[in-house]
Amino acid sequence: MNRRPLTGWGRTNATVADVLEVPNHEVAAAVKEAGPRGALVRGLGRSYGDAAQNAGGLVLRLLGSAHQAVLDAEAGTVTVPAGVNLDELLRVIVPRGWFVPVTPGTRFVTIGGAIASDIHGKNHHVEGSFGNHLVSISMLLADGSTVVVGPDAQAELFWATVGGMGLTGVILDATIRLLPIETSRMSVDTTRIPDLDTLFAEMSEGDDDFRYSVAWIDLVAKGSSLGRSVLTRGDHARLDQLGPKEAVSPFAYGPHQLVSVPPLVPPMGVLNHATVAAFNEVWFRKAPRHREGELQGIGAFFHPLDLVGSWNRLYGAKGMVQYQFVVPFGAEDTMRTVIERLSASGAASFLAVLKRFGEGNQAPLSFPAPGWTLALDVPGASRGLGDLLHGLDRLVLDAGGRHYFAKDAHTTAAAIRRGYPRLDEWKAVRDAVDPHGVWQSDLSRRLGLTD
Amino acid sequence: MDNALGEPQTILLLGGTSDIGLAIVRELLSPAARTVVLACRDLEKGEAAAAGLRHASLTVDVVAFDADDTASHEAVVADVAARHGDIDLAIVAFALLGDGAITSTDTTAAAAIAHTNFTANVTATIAVANRMKAQGHGGIVLLSSVAGERVRKQNPVYGGTKAGIDGFAQGLGDGLADAGVHMMVVRPGFVQSAMTAGLKAAPFSTTPEHVASVVAKGLRSKRRTVWAPGILRFVFMALRHTPGPLWRRLPLG
Repeated sequence: MNRRPLTGWGRTNATVADVLEVPNHEVAAAVKEAGPRGALVRGLGRSYGDAAQNAGGLVLRLLGSAHQAVLDAEAGTVTVPAGVNLDELLRVIVPRGWFVPVTPGTRFVTIGGAIASDIHGKNHHVEGSFGNHLVSISMLLADGSTVVVGPDAQAELFWATVGGMGLTGVILDATIRLLPIETSRMSVDTTRIPDLDTLFAEMSEGDDDFRYSVAWIDLVAKGSSLGRSVLTRGDHARLDQLGPKEAVSPFAYGPHQLVSVPPLVPPMGVLNHATVAAFNEVWFRKAPRHREGELQGIGAFFHPLDLVGSWNRLYGAKGMVQYQFVVPFGAEDTMRTVIERLSASGAASFLAVLKRFGEGNQAPLSFPAPGWTLALDVPGASRGLGDLLHGLDRLVLDAGGRHYFAKDAHTTAAAIRRGYPRLDEWKAVRDAVDPHGVWQSDLSRRLGLTD
Repeated sequence: MDNALGEPQTILLLGGTSDIGLAIVRELLSPAARTVVLACRDLEKGEAAAAGLRHASLTVDVVAFDADDTASHEAVVADVAARHGDIDLAIVAFALLGDGAITSTDTTAAAAIAHTNFTANVTATIAVANRMKAQGHGGIVLLSSVAGERVRKQNPVYGGTKAGIDGFAQGLGDGLADAGVHMMVVRPGFVQSAMTAGLKAAPFSTTPEHVASVVAKGLRSKRRTVWAPGILRFVFMALRHTPGPLWRRLPLG
């Protein structure tokens, strides 16, 4: 046991907890030792805020290996320990012709974390979030028993666990439906979009023709260029789309890091309005006006930020805050106002990501809902950031939108209650399986999820 | 829990009617704030202060706190935590100025000041720190004074207690850092407040509001010591090294 400070990927707001690494079969014994501050499982710490922290309590890290994954090629499923991450899993399944049903913008998330946050990716508009592709979850409950839940078995508990931020029990293993692929390459269309209205129109009309779609917006651009962006859409390349060279090894897959940011970055960071504006300009000019059918690797298409290890250090000692919300279709004006305010605030923001969501699922705390989602990061030290973000919260909530737990680091219990009207329904399920409040996190305390 | 912007949800003000303490509370209130606890001896005055803070989404609780009853401090903190959960930020803001002419000659008066300003500050801070260590997070703002940086002959008891509490807080704070608890010592100069009403303002005098803004900024960047106004850091750097024979002749009020 090792008492040490933990933060999320944003590197803000460290709190101290007892950290213990355990294999799945020792989790129950470890949880019994938890004190009044309870226990929580932490994956790779890629949620940006305090979701994977438990101040003063116990934080477990699950040991597990992708070699323990059981691939059922006939059913098209894989059963895998929750502590395994997508990077490890992809290295096992891609060469065998399978892909994960949903991947976020980084491979470095665990299966347990993917379920707890009900993560989404570029295919949400057609295939929904991670929870939609689960066959079953094996989980440890607060009373020490282990249960297997799924859409057809204890469905209430299953859906409370999907998106439940680790507060219903410990996810030990999961069986996931995979996507068969013909190659490890992506066929990608890229289009430069001059402004926000064009982007909304283009995504509304064209997204459904593609499995994957996302737009990167330059938040520094103002006026008539407000919302200028690069839209990339694509699908897994078919075998007949590969050139003769690539066709030799259609499932080649070996993503790597180009560089890693060293621990010693100047305390004020290197990302400020000037450097970000320059970067965004180059990035926009570099993108082709329109290009179709370009072949890209899985890493380049899905996980570009993973090329730079520990990129969060670029923000310096004060870290960064990630802001992600969704507003329903019809609230395009709200999205415009949010982008205008961010652009006018001068808070240096790297490229933001805009995505058109499809239908949500049954999970009461799952984030995605039909509409537009925007994700961006800002340096934690920005002056006036509190006023800016609390102001944006009001706009988002008034439009019927909500915030993403895995990203959130600043919002309030009241904002969550408004954004997630089914919170009480979720709490009822949670209270039934954890009457004494064993599962706790900094996020649950801050947002009153377990009050 | 504090959020990533350093906005506390639950604030405990020990010395719940302190002008500077209340100004700091007002400065730190944000939409994230849920509870403020004013711990004070004069409950009527505490209620009046609470009325000025309260709004629809902010609970303001006034609790009885007799600083001089050091044996009660742990129970007061435990009671606040039991009713309001984690204490994100505690402000230790109770002290007596005393009349230097009296306290430097009257042993009973001196003992009373020393007890409140030093002993009671120590025990209250330790009570809060223990709770925060168990929580694994928290921040403590302790009001020291430039008077402790180099003690003046005009009020040696007050200055001496501030020198003592300042050193204590720094030492305790260093030990708390690894436990996730942040200690910040505030060294204001002459602050126009109830404590100094009727006194002639010293050079570089300031207001509770200014002290509060310095505190808020210091908390955001996790400073260990802040001065208000900031220039006093340099003024006292010079005064600290002023030769004794010259120092005691300086017209410092």
